[in-house]
Formats: sequence, structure tokens, C-alpha cells
Amino acid sequence: MCLAIPAKVMRINADQQAIVNVGGIEKEISVALIDDVNVGDYVIIHVGFALTKLNEQEAKKTIALLNEMAMV
Amino acid sequence: MQYISEFRDGNTAQAIAKLIKNKASMEKHYRLMEFCGGHTHAIHRYGLPSLLPANVEMIHGPGCPVCVLPITRIDYAIALAMMPKVILCSYGDMLRVPGTNQRSLLKAKADGADVRMVYSVNDALQIARDNPQHQVIFFAIGFETTTPPTAVALIIAKKEKLMNFSVFCNHVLTPVAMESLLQNEESNANLDGFVGPAHVSIIVGSNAYHDVAMRYKKPIVISGFEPLDLMHSILLLIEQINANQYGVENQYTRAVNADGNVKSQQIINQTLSIRDTFEWRGLGMIANSAMKINDAYQEFDAEERFPINIIAGEEHKACECSAILRGVKKPKDCKLFAKVCTPENPFGSCMVSSEGACAAYYAYGNIVEMLTT
Ligand code: SF4
Repeated sequence: MCLAIPAKVMRINADQQAIVNVGGIEKEISVALIDDVNVGDYVIIHVGFALTKLNEQEAKKTIALLNEMAMV
Repeated sequence: MQYISEFRDGNTAQAIAKLIKNKASMEKHYRLMEFCGGHTHAIHRYGLPSLLPANVEMIHGPGCPVCVLPITRIDYAIALAMMPKVILCSYGDMLRVPGTNQRSLLKAKADGADVRMVYSVNDALQIARDNPQHQVIFFAIGFETTTPPTAVALIIAKKEKLMNFSVFCNHVLTPVAMESLLQNEESNANLDGFVGPAHVSIIVGSNAYHDVAMRYKKPIVISGFEPLDLMHSILLLIEQINANQYGVENQYTRAVNADGNVKSQQIINQTLSIRDTFEWRGLGMIANSAMKINDAYQEFDAEERFPINIIAGEEHKACECSAILRGVKKPKDCKLFAKVCTPENPFGSCMVSSEGACAAYYAYGNIVEMLTT
């Protein structure tokens, strides 16, 4: 239930709905809980709603940190 | 960036495992609770315990909404479903949880009740639009992650004057539950730190745990769901414990910030208010730990519309879910585990939910070993 997955926004529709791509499958979700969502953004979806946009810069920082740890 | 594969690299996981082994002091035993059931499943699915040294123990917490719902609420939902001209909708797992006498919503359905599984509360709204002659009741459960969608549905129902739609509200609050767990001496003594929830924290923000961490002097690291996120968070916890520090750290910065999703918080405050008290399976009555529909949306509150007096529900006597949810027992400590209680024939909520500890151990654990040791 609390499992929520990253999905890519493909289209924004009327009534705060959007089409997202989750692992190759397109589905319609609600974007009523977030502001300024754009096509190409990655969002976390849960029970049919986007909970947040993923922050690419922060993701890159975390990945760099993890890679650094793997080097030592 | 896919935000998935980048956080699943096996070599990096091994490297972090080595760092954890180096940092974990031999004189100490680290007991870390992953509060959220989603983390329990990720930990077992990726076999992370096998990467950890023996003195780093993962303990599953009560963060499984299906698991913590007390049996009286399930009995209430079944009673609602049995009323004439009612369609009761809920998320998948909820339908199989046994109530008193092992009766579930699925069994009520077999007896003729109109019970429907929905993926989203939006589906329940659509069922209400399509069935104006029926009362459509949405059995709402979940932590802060699932609360905002329910709140949005209430706003839509009011706007559309969808008077045959109502919500049986069972939303519960994470930081309050964490606090109550730490008030319990046995649980408190048993825990050195928390892997903090991922998606709940998207909504509430990392600051929401500050008071609990300070008051009970426990480190909390908010962690993403991928295996590298979890290994990284475990390392950060061990570092805090070694340094005798406590406080909230955020490992999942790509999704969680300090204040959370403010828009969602506003939508929740517009429609819901805090209950004086609410019962949790395993933790008992906890003050201010759950949400109810507020006065402005009262006409959509199933409890107001269909008051039913439920006599205290009865759990299966041998089921150890309560102790498991407090972090003081493990699934293999239950006499019924895997022998009589299985995902196909669950005796308790922890075996039903995809986030329940018993279900995780059953799905990914070595059952033979667990039953013989
Ligand atoms: S194995 Fe079944 S009966 Fe035992 S604690 Fe888990 S859910 Fe309850």
C-alpha cells in the first residue's frame, strides 16, 4: 500500500489528471497534490496520485556519494 | 535517470556492506527498526540481512496500515458492507484481513455483500457516479501517504454534490505512533534507532520527527526504498550511534524535504481533523493518533451517516501480530506461522498485507530454517 513508484509524466490532461509511464505502461493519475508539474518530470505515484516530483539534482548528489563510498 | 536501477547496483551494495562491517563496533549490538512495512519488504526482497554483520539487527515496526487497524474497525466495515444497497470499496489488502471469527470482507462478499477492490479513491468516486441508487462507502485506511488522496476525494464529492458517496475514515499518523512505541519501555529498550519512512515523509517532511528524536534520544534516518538507499541509511544510523548522536537525517533527499508537501497538508487540514484517541493493533489506544472527517464535510462521513455499535472484536488467540508490531517478537515466534497461517489462509493482518512482517518473512525467508531454529 505504501509502496510508491517513480513514473515519468507523458501528458497533462484536464481536471488535474496526467498520463504517466511506469516501467513501459501508461496510466492516468491525479496531480491534484503537487504544483507546476511538467511533461518529462519524474513523480512518485501512490494509489493513483502523484505525491511529489523527484529532484534530479538531489538524486545525482546521492548517486555520486554512493559511488564515492564504493571507491574506498 | 530512471531513479530505480541507479539505486540497485550490487557492487556498490557490497562496498557499503564492507563499510558497515568496519564501522559496527564488535562490543555493540545495533537494533535498528525499519518503521515502515514497505522497507521491511525491500530489506527481505533484496536479502539485505545477509549483507549485514551479526550485530546489526533489523527489527520491523508498526508501519503497515493494514496490520495496525484494530479488529473492531474491520468488523465495522463488514457491518457496513452487509447493509442493503451499499457498495463498499477499499484497497486490495483490506478485503482479506480477518475480523472477529476470521470473517473478512471477502467472505462477506461471498455471502452476497457488494464489496469492490479499488486501486484509487478516484475509482470509488466513479462507482458512486455510476450507481446513484446505491450508497458507495470508501473504506479509507493508511498513513499520511494515503490520506491526501482521500482528502481530495472529499473535496470532489462536495463539489459534485455526490451525496451517495461517503468515507469510513481510518487514517493514522506516523510520528505519534513512533512516540507511543518509545513510551513503551520494552520497545524503547529494544531499539537503538529508526530507518524512517520514505513516502510518509514526502508528505509530512523530515522536521516532523524532530521532537521524537530529541525527546527519546534516538537517531532517525529517513530512507528511500531502493536497496542502496537502505544500506546507506543503515550506515548513517551506525555512525550516529557510534558518535552517541541522535537527530533526524534525510537520506532520501531526492523526494523528501524538511517541510513536506505543503499543498497536501493544506488539503488534509481543509477536510480532516485529529481524533482524540484511536485504537491501534499492538499499540492499544493512542491519543491524537488518527484523523476523522471534519465538521465541514460531515455529510460524507460514513460513521455519522451509518452509526453502528460494534462490540469489541476478537483476534485469533494464538496470533502474535500485536507483539510483532511492537518490535518485540518475530514472525517465527508465532506457533501458527507458515504451518497454519499462510498468505492464502491468513489468521492475522501481518500475513495479509503486502507490507506485513509475516508476509515478508513468508515470501522471502527460509521457511524450513525458521521453523526448525
Ligand atoms: S503468522 Fe499469522 S497468526 Fe502468526 S502472528 Fe503472523 S499473522 Fe498472526
